[in-house]
Amino acid sequence: MPNLNDAKVILEAKKLEAWFGDFHAVKGITVDYREKTINAIIGPSGCGKSTYLRCLNRIHEEIEGARTAGEVLLEGKNIYDKKVDVVDVRRRIGMVFQKPNPFPSMSILDNVVIGLRLQGISKRSTLLETAEVCLRKAALWDEVKDKLNSLGTSLSGGQQQRLCIARALAVNPPVLLMDEPTSALDPIATAKIEELMNEIKKEYTVIIVTHNMQQAARISDFTSFFVYGNMIEHGLSADIFTNPKEKQTEDYISGRFG
Amino acid sequence: MIKLKSKTQDALLFYVLRTISLVVIALLLGIIFVLIQAAWPAIKAGGLTFLFSKEWNPVEDRYGALPFIFGTLVTSLVALLIATPVSVLIALFITEYLPKSISRIVALLVEMVAAIPSIVFGLWGVFYLAPFVKKVLAPLLKTHLGFLPLFQGPSFGIGILTAALILSIMIVPTISSICRSIFELVPAHQKEASYALGSTKYEMIKLAILSPSVSGISSAVVLGLGRALGETMAVTMLIGNSPVISSSLFSPAATMASVMANEYADANTPLHISSLCYLALLLFLITFLSNLFARTIVKSFSKG
Ligand SMILES: Nc1ncnc2c1ncn2[C@@H]1O[C@H](COP(=O)(O)OP(=O)(O)OP(=O)(O)O)[C@@H](O)[C@H]1O
Ligand SMILES: [Mg+2]
Repeated sequence: MPNLNDAKVILEAKKLEAWFGDFHAVKGITVDYREKTINAIIGPSGCGKSTYLRCLNRIHEEIEGARTAGEVLLEGKNIYDKKVDVVDVRRRIGMVFQKPNPFPSMSILDNVVIGLRLQGISKRSTLLETAEVCLRKAALWDEVKDKLNSLGTSLSGGQQQRLCIARALAVNPPVLLMDEPTSALDPIATAKIEELMNEIKKEYTVIIVTHNMQQAARISDFTSFFVYGNMIEHGLSADIFTNPKEKQTEDYISGRFG
Repeated sequence: MIKLKSKTQDALLFYVLRTISLVVIALLLGIIFVLIQAAWPAIKAGGLTFLFSKEWNPVEDRYGALPFIFGTLVTSLVALLIATPVSVLIALFITEYLPKSISRIVALLVEMVAAIPSIVFGLWGVFYLAPFVKKVLAPLLKTHLGFLPLFQGPSFGIGILTAALILSIMIVPTISSICRSIFELVPAHQKEASYALGSTKYEMIKLAILSPSVSGISSAVVLGLGRALGETMAVTMLIGNSPVISSSLFSPAATMASVMANEYADANTPLHISSLCYLALLLFLITFLSNLFARTIVKSFSKG
């Protein structure tokens, strides 16, 4: 196995901070993510994991009164630079949300390919092809192949989440952010998503928030541990879960805290 | 003891509420009954041909409703064509562009427009809007769109277009406030889903806000239509009140409501009075149906 620490850095946060009005939710995070790795973020509820993740693709700023400071470098370029087009940033850093959010007025097929449509791709064969590939990757194809034209919202919660994953994959983003993507899924669907992540890791970099320690230990290459907007520890998952440096991390992963 | 008291109280409340509801229903049925009764001579004389006859001639005592049905529908439709996009844009501006603190004030101001009495709109229309249409808008339309029959012929300021404009201003608050509450219902996660795929704000609005709101917007439009169909005072002052059917929007016309307001006082033959009542019945029927229609859309909207 090649040394993960030698892989190329694709995304870096530098002194990244976030606020909701006066509330300081993310307090100066500096970390880098390597190409084609899975990076888990763990930590107690309310510690700012989602907020941090949402700063990485500039969704955080869409909330009224929310703001950020610091830098996020995607392949060396600061996505918060004034000259950078936020639309382009979000195309290259995809996101899957905690709660499945397919577009309610769209069919399953349209939901998957909407990202491509936004980029001006309208050739039907291309769209159908991409839809099949992405739905297969998201382990949903067999369940929906006969009803691609039914509404996306007619699916079960877990299926909707896999639909959202397919939708995010369709635009082929080099970095994929996932906020507790399996918290609404049953163990079988969860296993499928984990399998999927191992698969997409060959092409993408994944940053995933999870409350499931076993999941983080199973699938991730690196893990960060957050408490109250601070990153307490970041390192190879193998180290964090067997031999954490910080007492707080040890307490949390052994279930004594949080 | 206490038990007994609460029982009589409840019983009393029930009787009061039941009586009030019954009175309201009785009133509605009573109005319909009286209208039918008063319209009966005209219904007997004209029947359904009343609806399709173009002639409205009190001198010779011959009556047909077509010019008024035409005037009512055309002014209302033109008003909707103007008011709908304006209302949707206002609602989008308020919900998506203004910070919350300011948006409340702007929303309130827009809704205040609905509180302006119809007669005030009428006066403003006579003094400002009609001259504006005559001197600015009509010549402009004629030079650019004069090849359309809609914009041919002379404009005297007063006519279909002016009445439709005033109507559109009057129904914007209705439509925009319903649209606003529909847009506010769009969950933040839908907008974020759209942004996360790399949409511009314009694309986000199309994708996450407008496309799921189509049926809601339609019901807002139909409710606006209900208001436009029955509006009387301002329209009567601005439409020119002549029962003609013309393809030009500059032409004067008359609506069902405006002819009633104009003629009920000096209608002297029984058939004339009865024909006005027949018009009233028709107008009631049309607004009733359009309201019913709006309600079914709202229902299917809240279900889906
Ligand atoms: N829209 C908002 N407005 C104000 N404060 C917010 C908002 N969203 C989150 N917060 C606050 O920011 C802090 C961090 O929230 P965040 O959602 O990032 O936590 P989290 O670590 O993802 O928690 P969980 O594990 O429960 O999802 C919390 O204290 C929360 O109350
Ligand atoms: Mg969260």
